[in-house]
Amino acid sequence: MARTTFLDWPVIRQLRGADPTGRGTAVTSAKTRSTTPRTADADGVTDSICPYCAVGCGQRVFHKDGKVIQIEGNPDSPVSRGRLCPKGAASEQLANSYLRQTKVRYRRPYATEWEDLELETAMDMIADRFIASRRKHWEDEDEHGRPLKRTMGIASLGGATIDNEENYLIKKFFTAAGAIQMENQARI
Amino acid sequence: MAEAHPVAFQWVIEAKKRGARVIHVDPRFTRTSANADRHIPIRSGTDIVLLGGVIRHVLENELYFKEYVQAYTNASTLISEEYGDPEDLDGLFSGYDPETSTYDNSTWAYAGDEESLARGLPERDETLQHPRSVLQILKRHYARYTPQMVQDTCGIDPEDFEYLATSIAEASGREKTTMFAYALGWTQHQGGAQMIRTSGILQLLMGNMGRPGGGIMALRGHATIQGSTDIPTLYHILPGYLPMPKVGQDDFAEFTRAIGKKEQKGFWANADIYTINLLKAWWGENATAENDWGYHHLPKLTGAHGTYQTTMRMLEDGVDGYFLFGQNPAVGSANGRLQRLGMSHLQWMVVRDFYMIESATWWRDGPEIESGELTPEQIATEMFFLPAANHTEKAGSFTQTQRMVQWRDQAVEPPGDAKSDLEFMYDLGVRIREKLKDSTDPRDRAILDLTWDYPVNEHGEPDAESVLAEINGRHLEGEKAGQPLKAFGEMKDDGSTIGGCWIYAGVYADGINQARRRTPGQDQDETAADWGWAWPANRRILYNRASADPQGRPWSEKKKLVWWDEEAGRWTGNDVPDFPLTKRPDDPGDPRQGGAAALSGTDAFIMQGDGRGWLFAPTGMVDGPMPTHYESPESNIRNPLYLQQSNPTRVTFRDEDNLSSPGAMGPGGEVYPYVFTTYRITEHHTAGGMSRFLPYLSELQPEMYCEVSPELAAEVGLEPYGWATIISARSAIEAKVLITERMTPLQVGDRTVHQIGLPFHWGQGTEAIISGDGANDLIGMNLDANTQIQNSKNNSCTLIPGRRPRGPERGELVEAYRRRAGLIPSEHPEVDGAEGAPGAGPADTSVPHAVRGPEEASAVPSGERSMKEMKNR
Repeated sequence: MARTTFLDWPVIRQLRGADPTGRGTAVTSAKTRSTTPRTADADGVTDSICPYCAVGCGQRVFHKDGKVIQIEGNPDSPVSRGRLCPKGAASEQLANSYLRQTKVRYRRPYATEWEDLELETAMDMIADRFIASRRKHWEDEDEHGRPLKRTMGIASLGGATIDNEENYLIKKFFTAAGAIQMENQARI
Repeated sequence: MAEAHPVAFQWVIEAKKRGARVIHVDPRFTRTSANADRHIPIRSGTDIVLLGGVIRHVLENELYFKEYVQAYTNASTLISEEYGDPEDLDGLFSGYDPETSTYDNSTWAYAGDEESLARGLPERDETLQHPRSVLQILKRHYARYTPQMVQDTCGIDPEDFEYLATSIAEASGREKTTMFAYALGWTQHQGGAQMIRTSGILQLLMGNMGRPGGGIMALRGHATIQGSTDIPTLYHILPGYLPMPKVGQDDFAEFTRAIGKKEQKGFWANADIYTINLLKAWWGENATAENDWGYHHLPKLTGAHGTYQTTMRMLEDGVDGYFLFGQNPAVGSANGRLQRLGMSHLQWMVVRDFYMIESATWWRDGPEIESGELTPEQIATEMFFLPAANHTEKAGSFTQTQRMVQWRDQAVEPPGDAKSDLEFMYDLGVRIREKLKDSTDPRDRAILDLTWDYPVNEHGEPDAESVLAEINGRHLEGEKAGQPLKAFGEMKDDGSTIGGCWIYAGVYADGINQARRRTPGQDQDETAADWGWAWPANRRILYNRASADPQGRPWSEKKKLVWWDEEAGRWTGNDVPDFPLTKRPDDPGDPRQGGAAALSGTDAFIMQGDGRGWLFAPTGMVDGPMPTHYESPESNIRNPLYLQQSNPTRVTFRDEDNLSSPGAMGPGGEVYPYVFTTYRITEHHTAGGMSRFLPYLSELQPEMYCEVSPELAAEVGLEPYGWATIISARSAIEAKVLITERMTPLQVGDRTVHQIGLPFHWGQGTEAIISGDGANDLIGMNLDANTQIQNSKNNSCTLIPGRRPRGPERGELVEAYRRRAGLIPSEHPEVDGAEGAPGAGPADTSVPHAVRGPEEASAVPSGERSMKEMKNR
């Protein structure tokens, strides 16, 4: 850091400079001046939308080394004009909270604890269970012989916090499988 | 709105700066009230009386927008001579069957011969004087909804009522508009859909629909709760509000005719085309005209299969497997205890979330483990927790609350095992299809014939834009083969086009992701048509033909939006016109043709079978063609209007854990003398899955609390910041005490009604940063018959100082109050949820099936008693 002279005293800077009320550059320290925003060395910024309520505020997601480092309101959005509420403003923590789960967890029937499981194994087990439960609770027709072509053995809940494209695939596959008991937050 | 949708509330403040008057009607004083011109506290559940009072006010004083009402609503339409009003039938509409607690709606029909009705041309009296005209029926129906009735029912004094009614009347008409904004304060009632209908009637009477600054704004609470209704993960509809087929609908042509007939007016006449394009998107080459486009692959409904019916089915061991996609029913659904017990009956369960939510851990740290009622060693449910990618870790679209689809780009790769739900569903589908590939079982054909081939990247993630392109649809044949559809008008009925959701056609027009358009708001006019894409056709205000007068001229310069350009021979304006573009305002319409051609130049409500906005709804609502007031089932106030106390079509489930207080209908009601109502706060999100695991938000609002008035605190003996235990007929929870004048005791007749406010974000568990008792444990699975949504907003409880007991004593406390209230099921059959309750609403074996969407638009009642004889589970 350069040597500080008396000319750097805030009151002198205030009297000399373009900040006569002493609320801006006149009173910033060298440390403040050398501080950069945490977004300055981001690898990139991505346009996104807040994942909480349905107002749909614009977000800008700053990332570095494959990690989200900051999320801010997008001033371009005609919906939100750059504002975020406390939840939207906290959404960097949604990604990086120390409680974030990144591993598959499995609990056997009657077990008292979780255990680890490979994702590949888990997906295969779920597929097997889907097929078996679908068959076990399959209904070809009702008591009057009218076609039902459905299974009551599988249900799902959720969809309002995920994407339209995801909802589409879930609806498409579950309906084709005859699993009619699909619901989401819109029913609550 | 300022609490739960704070960023949207900036526009209310902007409007207020420009002179708008803001009135907040809510049991609680909130941040919204603080910014309003006036807060009017209301007794929860009485909105129909308040708004019905305003309807009466504008009708009696002739303050409604006459030209608008005459041209664009069904005010002049005559109703069947058979129609009987609750004013004459002591609280019931005609057609009620007490055996099943359902209505046959055939007596609510328009008058006229069958052929004319099918073409949307009922008998009308343009003088609006005929006693069977809708306007006169409305006048009679709301005649008793006087300011005195409002005071005696809602606890709102006449001066406040006068202020509200006058404000609405003065801020409506050619030069001004009034807007209503609502959220779950209207939907979560048994009769909630009718509360929204009441504002619909008022907004039509005042000419506030289809106009800028008008309308009814549903403030929805999840990022794509609108999208997940449009492209539904819901049991009762297919994409684009096409209904799921019901048992017996085995003829494809009859199925589509039940949605919309070719001869009817408006755009539902093309229901067959929309359906064919959906089926063709799903079953591709295997969907042909010969096999009815794969229609017979679709499973059939036999009643309501909503989330609460599914819970009951779980308890009966009728469900093996359960998937959760970012939802936390152990905390967020009504009757948390039954939710958790239901899950304990499953064979297996897949939880997809970012965090270890309570619905993933109930088997080791839920309330029933704490009480000792269950131990993990007794619970057979096999649990799979799969970490999910968040909104920054995948590309895709959300549809926000005003139907605007907005695309998110992917910022980073998901960590570890975390995957998008797109990849999960696609991968699961691939695996199941692989395992079944040699199957000859006919039931597997629907899975094997499915189109299921999306391009994936090097991480296995499907290309979300390719799914959006399928939703949009494309041409399969001709010179445009392979090109995306520009609009649903390009859809064909011959299999030469596909489209996964007809109302989203155009979102991928020209091969461009229109939802990804991001022209900054500051570079556009206030419509901001170049940001995102709103369905349908990037139209921002629905039914905007009504923003012009019958001759096609703006009602006023100040409120102009869409108008007829005589020189150009077309509709034009600041929004995409919601009308056939070249149909003149004086076009009489061609009823012989049906569809858009049959619409006259003033049929502004283009989705309705008669082209009009419905003051009186002959179809679509299962509990009456007009809203009428009933008390909530647990209310301690007698219905001041009728002997019929509560909505006669309401749905409940018989279970010893789903009992209700009899309210004013039995002596036990006084055991639960207070009303409690649930809500969100700014710093948390729904059941806490996206907020109680974040340090900042947890620090901002760490503890479950209850809001009580100083008067109630004194009556019960509560200390500020001490503890209170809230006991309902379902459960007992504890909360920190917030004594505040934000809660106002209301005088209703000779009774002082105390309302308690309960945020519902907390749940019992050990994984979140903060935990607490869940308000939804107090609430029963008691549903609105139209929507199958539970009543969370008006329930009864008692309140005692101190914390709730731990262990088995908690259940004993609940049981002791039940005993005092006489809720022992077999001995007191008048109680909802008790065995053999008469008039308690349909039991779980005869739940009316809610039919939403297009079937609402047909002016011809089917006469079918919804799903009367059908089983719901």
